[in-house]
Amino acid sequence: MEVLTTVQKIMLLFVVLILSGTIFITHSPLTYASWNNPYNAEPEEDNILYVAFSSRPKHLDPVRSYSEDEYQYLGQIYEPPLQYHYLQRPYTLEPQTLTKMPEIVYLDKSGTPLVEPINHDQIAYTEYHFELQKGILYQPHPALAKDQQGNYYYHSLTKDESKPFKSLEHFPHTGTRELLAQDYVNQIKRIANPALHSPIRGLMQEYIVGLKELAQTLDERTKSSGKINDLRNFLVEGVKSTGDYQFSIRLNGKYPQFLYWLAMPFFAPIPWEADVFYNQPGFDKNNISLHWYPIGTGAYMLTENNPNLRMVLEKNPNFRTQRYPSTGEPGDKEKGLLRDAEKTIPFIDKVVFTLEKESIPYWNKFLQGYFDSSGISSDSFDNAISFGSAGEINLTNDMKSRGIQLNTVVGTSTFYLGFNMHDATIGGPSERARLLRQAISIAVDYDEYISIFTNGRGISGQGPIPPGIFGYKNGEAGINPYVYEWDNGKAKRKSIKYAKQLLEQAGYKNGIDNQTSKPLSLFYESIDIGPDGKARLNWLRKQFEKIDIQLIIRSTDYNRFQEKLLTGAAQLFNFGWNADYPDPENFLFLFYGPQGKIKYSGENAANYDNPEYNHLFDQMKSMSNSPARQKIIDQMVEILRHDAPWVFGFHPKTFSLQHSWYKNIKPFIMTNTGTIKYKRIDKKQRYEKRQQWNQPIVWPVVLILLCIIALVIPAIIAYRHRERSRLL
Amino acid sequence: MMSYIIRRILYAIPILIGVNILTFLLFFYVNTPDDIAKAQLGEKRVSQEAIEQWKQSKGYDKPILWNAEATGIQKLGDTIFFDKSIRMIFFDFGSSDSGRDINYDISQRMWPSLAIAIPTLLIGLTVNITIALMIVFFRGTAIDTWAVVFCVFLLSISSLFYIIGGQFFFSKMLHLVPISGYDTGASAIKFLILPIIIGVIGGIGGGVRWYRTLFIEEIEKDYVRTARAKGLKEITVLFRHILNNAMIPILTGVVVILPLLFMGSLLMESFFSIPGLGSYTIDGIQRQDFAIVRSMVYLGSVLYIIGLILTDISYTIVDPRVRLN
Repeated sequence: MEVLTTVQKIMLLFVVLILSGTIFITHSPLTYASWNNPYNAEPEEDNILYVAFSSRPKHLDPVRSYSEDEYQYLGQIYEPPLQYHYLQRPYTLEPQTLTKMPEIVYLDKSGTPLVEPINHDQIAYTEYHFELQKGILYQPHPALAKDQQGNYYYHSLTKDESKPFKSLEHFPHTGTRELLAQDYVNQIKRIANPALHSPIRGLMQEYIVGLKELAQTLDERTKSSGKINDLRNFLVEGVKSTGDYQFSIRLNGKYPQFLYWLAMPFFAPIPWEADVFYNQPGFDKNNISLHWYPIGTGAYMLTENNPNLRMVLEKNPNFRTQRYPSTGEPGDKEKGLLRDAEKTIPFIDKVVFTLEKESIPYWNKFLQGYFDSSGISSDSFDNAISFGSAGEINLTNDMKSRGIQLNTVVGTSTFYLGFNMHDATIGGPSERARLLRQAISIAVDYDEYISIFTNGRGISGQGPIPPGIFGYKNGEAGINPYVYEWDNGKAKRKSIKYAKQLLEQAGYKNGIDNQTSKPLSLFYESIDIGPDGKARLNWLRKQFEKIDIQLIIRSTDYNRFQEKLLTGAAQLFNFGWNADYPDPENFLFLFYGPQGKIKYSGENAANYDNPEYNHLFDQMKSMSNSPARQKIIDQMVEILRHDAPWVFGFHPKTFSLQHSWYKNIKPFIMTNTGTIKYKRIDKKQRYEKRQQWNQPIVWPVVLILLCIIALVIPAIIAYRHRERSRLL
Repeated sequence: MMSYIIRRILYAIPILIGVNILTFLLFFYVNTPDDIAKAQLGEKRVSQEAIEQWKQSKGYDKPILWNAEATGIQKLGDTIFFDKSIRMIFFDFGSSDSGRDINYDISQRMWPSLAIAIPTLLIGLTVNITIALMIVFFRGTAIDTWAVVFCVFLLSISSLFYIIGGQFFFSKMLHLVPISGYDTGASAIKFLILPIIIGVIGGIGGGVRWYRTLFIEEIEKDYVRTARAKGLKEITVLFRHILNNAMIPILTGVVVILPLLFMGSLLMESFFSIPGLGSYTIDGIQRQDFAIVRSMVYLGSVLYIIGLILTDISYTIVDPRVRLN
């Protein structure tokens, strides 16, 4: 028998080791753990919600923050006076920290309350009176920590003393105190502080009595003596606390939408101690500021702030007893959404937000059970959604077999193709331009766009108001009669032939301008980039070609795009609007003359200015929802459809997926209200599913190693052979 | 040598000033201070007054490079360029336009970048050199030809494919490691295994071909023939003689990138959600955060210059014939 060489012995040993290692691994307790678990601990007891975020928050100071990326945290931490009811639809405001909804008093010019029946012309001021619940406590926080003598531990640190504190965890003492009316007053003053750059400073100055004067005073003081941090010595005439639990806000005129603002973090309470604490020397070097470490009274508090990796919310130990709602809209009970009625909330102990920039790993982690919910990117749409024969939306069998649930909701937002109403060709009130815009509105088929580019996730716009907002009309009564006709119970886009007729009436027969005898060319400002953008632009070009109009694409970056809108250099452009609150005013103001982009730098990007419309808007904006308001809205929408300053594009529909263990899920688009406190996790089910879905498979790796060995052995033999032949 | 290093450092000063000016000009050519303000303040309900206030508070209300209205030295001193550059020279980057301290962020983000870059470099170097030497041993044979073909094949595959393919195979199909994520301390290891493996495999094609070329050049030289004539084993010839003598070009490639390792890898960090410095600059550009962009460009330039100086110094260590004068 031939004796094995040393090399052969080593290789044999190597193979034996690999095989025995494989047998050990596949039969050891290690196999029962999920090797691919991205979290540190996964005991069955973990009552943790795992979600992802793709864009890091910029500011967590509620006076500054104005984006959904940030509201997903702020909504859980801060408590403005009002919030939206979690289950009721249409969205309804309810008290959050108040004992009841604010009392509203209308005043005349002299400040005397008006009595019913109120003549709206006499209203000079509106006063809101608030009464706070007693016993609401702030989260434990070093800014509120006091020693035995009642002095604050950390309010007068020197630069050297503040050096060791790299984050809030490093402060050995924390404290709390009761929420007071003065904290709300303090936050309203903060809106005026130029150092804090609140985006609603300009808007609120118009309404809150005395805020403009405070803003001017603070501007001057900031210029002369630098940033002001403690606002206790400054007053706002129209904002007063009349005790520890009562305060009032006086507004100029009538502004019913103000209640919606009171549900946004801009009006969340900030204790003066926070301003003093965070503005101490040296803290900025370690990013210790209100931008990064909130102090709230909400159900959760931020315990880890690493926007480059993860954000962690934990249950606020000082959170008062609050109950899950016991009423909702019809059908909620059947869906199990009232199963937890009257139970104490929050149910979830901890929320881990993990940064996930790319959609592929995000989707795969969701499928592995490491995220409890997910959106659906276009890459994974076909894996998740299938369409039935009648076009109905279903989950694919794979999703169903995993117990994944689908929730869809049309958002309070709209996308449109805007015409610059100052443009000589496409804009203005002339019949010629109006017919041209109408023809384009018919030709640009947004139903097709939704089908091609958004996987059917959207509904085409019949006007600026999306579904779910007062003023929106469904069915035949709600169609845009200038673009659609009602056919067999469905809205059907008018024909291209009809659009061409309109074009001919406008003086552009076959796309030739009868005044110049030249083909009509229009310019579209595009910020669309990448392969998807190219496809979208080609599609848009083809829509115009259908009515013989040449569309010239002018690619630009976003900065120049904005500049062109501001200066009126854009002719056609795509834009969108995401509502601040669920009121038609927040959409219809996009056509209000004094909001014109060119003249007033407002939000009316089309620069539409119609005196009749403006007058109706002035009437409508201060009305409560009623048949009379609906009538005015109908008139306004009719004017817009007739004048067509926009091609009403589409209202996007959000699809979201949740695992079966994630409970109490109801689509909720008012992102400024924190809803995690209502949600629940079945941790046992999640643990079992994760184990089932993530069993490590080792044999392919062993196979690869054996293949490598199989390649190496001949190489070694060849090496030895060569060495031997060289010696010979 | 000291005078040489001092001279190189002095040469670096005008280069760094030039890079800084160029960054300023390019950035402000694309973004005006108003654009930066809008990017920071958000898109909704931003008034011109708010923009002016933001610019004033951040020092963007001054001229960029030259203040014609100022007098004397203030023409140069009372500008955005001077305000933002003077502290940066001493590596005090100040706060980003969104308010976070840049030094703090860099100090936090450099470690994850290094945690991937250093093992990838060391393991990659070892693997590439070993394979290249083996191929050189079989030079002129079918093994050599096919190895080169295979290297070209590996080289032709996009790094994105390695990343997505690796995530699909090891994480999604086999469930062996997390698809993405990061943690601190020892918990980071399970997140680093896959990026490092992908980094090493992704670098084999290019690395092996490069080192093979270097070794082929050496293998026909007289000292190699002498070594063989002395009866040394081929493995000894390869790893002791050829490798030593091919060190200068290897060092040129490696030492120069050493300081840059901590700048991270954009793709790898983005797909694996690793909070390193690779994505920091891109985030800064996307958010129009000029403070981050200029700081990272400056830092990158400094590190590159350090890399070049280190390369020169390393020559003297590897090859005693080289003298820095």
